[in-house]
Amino acid sequence: MLEFPRWKVWLIGIVIAIGVLLSIPSLIAGTPLANSWPKWLPQYRISLGLDLAGGSHLLLEADARDALKQRLQAMEDSVSTELRRDPRIDVGDISTAGGRLSFMVRDPTQVDAAVERMRNLTRPVALTGNRDWDVQVVDSTRLVLTPTPDGTARALKDAMSVARDVVRRRIDPGGTKEITVVTEGGNRILVEVPGVENPDQLKQLIGQTARLEFKLVDLGANPADVQQGRAPPGSQVLPMADGTGAMAVKRRVMVSGDQLTDAKQGFDQDGRPDIEITFNTAGARRFGRTTQENVGKPFAIILDDKILSAPNINEPILGGRAQITGNFTVQSAHDLAVSLASGKLPVKLNVIEERSIGPDLGRDSIHKGVIASAVSIALVIVFMLVTYGRFGVYANIALVVNAFLILGIMAMFNATLTLPGIAGFILTIGAAVDANVLINERIREEIRRGRRLIDAVETGYHEAFRAIFDANVTHVISAAIMAYFGSGPVRGFAVVLLIGVVTSVFTAVYFTRMLVALWIRRARPRALHI
Amino acid sequence: MKLLKLVPDHTNVDFMRWRNVALVLSLIATVASVAFTAYRGLNLGVDFVGGQLVRVTFAQPVDIEQLRSKVDAMHLGEASIQDFGSAKTVQIRLPKPPGGDAAANIVAGRVKQEVERDYPGARIDSVDTVSGKVSEELADNSAIAIALAMLGIAIYIWVRFEWQFGVGALLTLAHDIAMTLGFFAFTRLQVDLNVVAAFLTIVGYSLNDTVVIYDRIRENLRKYRKMAILPLLNLSLNETLARTVVTSLTVLIALGVLMLIGPEVIFGLAIAIFLGVLIGTYSSIYISSPVLVWLGVQPDSFLKPEDKEEAAEAQPA
Repeated sequence: MLEFPRWKVWLIGIVIAIGVLLSIPSLIAGTPLANSWPKWLPQYRISLGLDLAGGSHLLLEADARDALKQRLQAMEDSVSTELRRDPRIDVGDISTAGGRLSFMVRDPTQVDAAVERMRNLTRPVALTGNRDWDVQVVDSTRLVLTPTPDGTARALKDAMSVARDVVRRRIDPGGTKEITVVTEGGNRILVEVPGVENPDQLKQLIGQTARLEFKLVDLGANPADVQQGRAPPGSQVLPMADGTGAMAVKRRVMVSGDQLTDAKQGFDQDGRPDIEITFNTAGARRFGRTTQENVGKPFAIILDDKILSAPNINEPILGGRAQITGNFTVQSAHDLAVSLASGKLPVKLNVIEERSIGPDLGRDSIHKGVIASAVSIALVIVFMLVTYGRFGVYANIALVVNAFLILGIMAMFNATLTLPGIAGFILTIGAAVDANVLINERIREEIRRGRRLIDAVETGYHEAFRAIFDANVTHVISAAIMAYFGSGPVRGFAVVLLIGVVTSVFTAVYFTRMLVALWIRRARPRALHI
Repeated sequence: MKLLKLVPDHTNVDFMRWRNVALVLSLIATVASVAFTAYRGLNLGVDFVGGQLVRVTFAQPVDIEQLRSKVDAMHLGEASIQDFGSAKTVQIRLPKPPGGDAAANIVAGRVKQEVERDYPGARIDSVDTVSGKVSEELADNSAIAIALAMLGIAIYIWVRFEWQFGVGALLTLAHDIAMTLGFFAFTRLQVDLNVVAAFLTIVGYSLNDTVVIYDRIRENLRKYRKMAILPLLNLSLNETLARTVVTSLTVLIALGVLMLIGPEVIFGLAIAIFLGVLIGTYSSIYISSPVLVWLGVQPDSFLKPEDKEEAAEAQPA
């Protein structure tokens, strides 16, 4: 007990000094002192959870049906492109009913060639040996492409990771904000945006798939049929975005939003808000060629299967720039521009949980939390002092050091402090002295049994450790389960408890033991007042 | 300086004398608590039943009845209004509107407008909207987490001690959780995610005393091989009594402060842990220890066979 080597004293001292240094930037954050903190010292800070800083939390769930629908549409597009290549294979009666893509090959001698080309379009799904689409011939001339379960699962996974990036770009086009966008559980995306109190605009941005397509208007369609929702072969009927009826357009996509490089909100000649888009090289070429071939005809600008507008092509548009007109306000044009520039969402996202917290509530909570922490530390300190005297002082020094260490470690790992986390902090303060209580009571006991001073202290620390260890393991078990199952704020609580368990064993057992050993060596007391 | 000794030296309380009375009382209380919870149900928050929760802080205390009639007049379904200690902070709970997310937005938006128009200076602190799907998952996960934590800790105690101690720990935990649930059912305090965090904490912390007492019982079983079980339990309880009292007090002081002057939003969490620690202190004495007697723990239960022979030989013929 008395042999407390110098290097151990130094080690414990250094650990504590580092912990305290790490905790200071978080403690002085937001005060004038923060500016005078030297730049060469650690700058780590604890971040505040949404419940303390204010902000919006959205949990989005992918609409799996929509993802499959979009995938089917994309396959339809690539199949059409593929079959139109030289030597061209003429097909008809394209259908996407029942989640499968099917079409008829007009010339029976080309069926084998068509199957061959379709097989080339499909890809193997990593390691499973299966392909992502099944190609079959039915009734000798009809080809049916069925998505395989493996392919579908893979597609959904890919869609989710693209969707996550798209959501991030839409909310934070500059990439400068401290937002959280993560996928959860395979088909969900969690979005946390500090400082944004009203999530409505966020939802506007995320709510749109933003699949932009340009298609030629089918002028040959019979208006009466269009009213009924029927379109000639190769065309489809789509509703107008402003709800003023519907229009027949060619199925074939002239250019799509995938080929954009930029989109900005601007104004047209009449001063109405519009969106100015720029195509990439391939898109510009395609757009130029189609407009050249169709001067004088109208084309439809389609967003998420709704027609925004259908202007006439007055002249070929060759520069790769175009304006999208429609019924926009400045805000909605701006939002759509952001959505277009960030790419389309490969799957529709629905909001299934939404929480928004104003900044004032968080400020109140921090204020009350700080006061409650200070009062409980003070009361526990007084209580320990009157109960254990000198040994209480040691426990109290350990308690204060422990508080700094918890904050320091949280800062180092950039952990998030939540409102329940404050409760975890206060609970840890109350519970951390338990180790000292166990040790001190044991020392009292051993002295009553007639052990000599040094012997009693040594036995006290030794015998109490078992119970301290077991009790802390039970805390770790419940806190770890909480961290695993809990969401944001609750996880913040669990993290504080876990860190507190580790630091409190260090301060309450090793650190106080050092203090006691140094005291005994220096003062050589004859009796213990405990 | 004279030091404070809450438990005088050489205290010797015959705890085990009342163990059967305590058992009957605990059993009645536990059954009553479970039955009451089942009958009356818990006041589950939007986290677990879905719906919307709007928290408002008003500039002046408001007339809750008046606010209620205003919200009722909006015909948004069965709304409930609760104040948070003072009539300045109020939470308005609305059921899930039919028609999904878009409808939910409109509902919250209307409440916000109404409040801001009729009560100048009112501040909307937070709006939570939880869909039925998410709330079901949260409820399931919470139940699983609590069950797993109880089981995990019981298994740990079993591994570190003996199976009888593991069973004792599990029964103690079940008792503590049941009593705290009963309290929430009785007071109609809202059960939200924070309260579940509190239950998990209780699972970890209410067992604190039990672990310490079990550790002492194990030590004494090894030390006094011929002592009868009841006096041995009494001895262990008395030896650890001072520690039990002091530790429970420090935890209760800290949590009491949090409960009284801490942030209102976590009042439920604070009071649940406070209560759990209080109940846990009682049950560590009157449930954890007597269970060992009923499970047949004897002074020589945990001796290795050869030690047993040795002990038998030492017995006077």
